[in-house]
Amino acid sequence: MEKNTSEFRMGLIDAIPICLGYLAVSFAFGIQASEAGLSVFQASVMSLSNVTSAGQFSSLDLIVTNATFAEMALLQLVVNIRYMLMSTALSQKLSPKVGTIHRFLIAYGVTDEIFALSVTRKGKLNPAYSYGLIICSVFGWVLGTFLGAFAGAIMPHRLISALGLAIYGMFLAIVIPDARESVPIMMVVIGAMAMSTIFTYAPVLKNISSGFRIIIVTIVIAGLAAVLAPKIDEETADA
Amino acid sequence: MHNIYGYIFVMAIVTYLVRMLPLTLIRKEITSPFVKSFLHYVPYATLSAMTFPAILHASDDMRASIVGFAVALVLAFRKKSLLTVAVCACAVVFVVEWFLI
Repeated sequence: MEKNTSEFRMGLIDAIPICLGYLAVSFAFGIQASEAGLSVFQASVMSLSNVTSAGQFSSLDLIVTNATFAEMALLQLVVNIRYMLMSTALSQKLSPKVGTIHRFLIAYGVTDEIFALSVTRKGKLNPAYSYGLIICSVFGWVLGTFLGAFAGAIMPHRLISALGLAIYGMFLAIVIPDARESVPIMMVVIGAMAMSTIFTYAPVLKNISSGFRIIIVTIVIAGLAAVLAPKIDEETADA
Repeated sequence: MHNIYGYIFVMAIVTYLVRMLPLTLIRKEITSPFVKSFLHYVPYATLSAMTFPAILHASDDMRASIVGFAVALVLAFRKKSLLTVAVCACAVVFVVEWFLI
């Protein structure tokens, strides 16, 4: 019991960079949502029930153009399918003993950032840690949406712009220390950045949505790494 | 005009199912060495692909973003904590933008 409390608190603290980054991103979302005609309440409900930046931003176009629900469902599937890959990786971090209810709750908070912290944690993942991450992050996500939709015009833009770096700084802080210790991981990091750069700027390729770009890069680079540098199993020992 | 709550509901259901199905359906430890290795590398590939080049466009000024990126790289390489790296990157961008725009 005591362990769960400290894991929960650890999750809350570790998620502070996520919370800051989400504030910035969801603030921008709140502004756009109110421009698209959503009320402050509707924008906040969307953030609370979806917790997905790319999915929410892309939904606004469809709402404005009065698209069908089927189109909306398809768009969300395409934009968010990467979460399926993340959930699969995360399923291996949970002890088989972790029950269905815990799995339902953890699934709610599978975002890029929460996934990153969960999956790189040493040993098995304690659901209490996940709940700490989720509560702190979603708080920032919904608060930012609310503020953006409610008072977009009066917040200092300079601050919002700088906060945009928070999430990427955090990603680097997760990836780089492990890359320093392992040549294959370093190659994965460099290879994925290079490939994603090509897909962002090259003609034709740049038309691929960012969600798919990340899926393609992940599958190609992680697949190559798995073939060229298969991981010898030593991680189960500390599980 | 469709109901906005209808849209929100459809979005939430689809997004949740995508997240929930693998977590609840895959209970056992995967034994295939290829799949295990693949999943081991997935987060590094995903996070790197999401970070670069997106970080260059994360602030209003690309020059500020590049400085923020460099500072974050150095601090991360020195194994500073997540919060330190994230906050320093933001602070540097804030200062650089102050001078540039």
